[in-house]
Amino acid sequence: MNNVLKQKSWSVYVAGGLAGILLCLSVLITGKYVGASTTFVRSAGLIEKIFARERVAKMDYFVKTKVKIDWQWMFVAGIFFGSLLASKLSGDYRFTALPPMWERRFGPDRLKRWIAAFVGGMVAMFGARMTGGCPSGHGLAGSSQLAVSGYVSLICFFIAGMIMARFLYGGGESR
Amino acid sequence: MSLLVWGFFTGIIFGFLLEKGQVLRYDRQLGALRLKDLAIVKFMLSTVLVAMVGIYLLHDLGLVELRLKPTMLGANIVGALIFGAGWGLLGYCPGTAVGALGEGRWDSLFGIVGMLCGAAIYAEVYPALKTNVLAWGEFGKITLPGLLGINHWIVIIFLIMVIIPLFFWFERKSL
Repeated sequence: MNNVLKQKSWSVYVAGGLAGILLCLSVLITGKYVGASTTFVRSAGLIEKIFARERVAKMDYFVKTKVKIDWQWMFVAGIFFGSLLASKLSGDYRFTALPPMWERRFGPDRLKRWIAAFVGGMVAMFGARMTGGCPSGHGLAGSSQLAVSGYVSLICFFIAGMIMARFLYGGGESR
Repeated sequence: MSLLVWGFFTGIIFGFLLEKGQVLRYDRQLGALRLKDLAIVKFMLSTVLVAMVGIYLLHDLGLVELRLKPTMLGANIVGALIFGAGWGLLGYCPGTAVGALGEGRWDSLFGIVGMLCGAAIYAEVYPALKTNVLAWGEFGKITLPGLLGINHWIVIIFLIMVIIPLFFWFERKSL
């Protein structure tokens, strides 16, 4: 058992399948379906509340999503610690500034990557809130429930993502 | 209170599985969007494969309730396309950005800050969107079997029969 937990990687099918069992158990035990993007709304609200408590209390979207620490907030925090635990156990943890693929294409300039990551994150979250979920909420929980919104979103996530990837990397053979 | 603990616990296991599946990587996410390395697609489809069978089994037994996100074609399509563009630039989705940070890939931190800003911006413009984009093509909480007017197990078996051969094809093409 100990050896299994320390392995660098598991078959992606096994890891994914176990995540499927986890999703079912979560729904069975607590009634909660996985998701991640609403947590960013609640966190943004919590941060804004420090500076403008009354304003946040009056904003439609924060009223609708309820600015508080809830099941999903703890779930997202847990993802961080689970990943930390797994990578520390296998010795896979590395303090990495730049993704290798990015560096091969765009060079070692960290600022360039930081700007791209920041802008990408901003755009992605705006879109996720508009469609009402991210690859967890729509892609995993939505698709598993056979929700039409899940499949429509998942397909559109990939279409636009592929266009952006092609724009950044071209259609070349480089890996 | 115990709901928060369950959330945290579920997140830790999910983060652990994402790390062992090696899907918390920019290179893997862009690899999928460039159709060169489909690990994240394999992970997601494996999860959906198991979870859809489990959830509908539990649902048929009356043990769990579905929690469908409404289908709003305008918001789903436009929002998901915006998400995809940002995702292609960032190279992490909301859940995996947090997980990547746990693995030491700290470029994701800029993405996380960007996502918090994106959520805050969305909260600002939400009142204006509510009456237009968000109101286009509303169909409510619909599922694929509901839309097609057939039993959910027919859809599930169909999806299994599509996904399993797809896995074999991915492996044969070493994607």
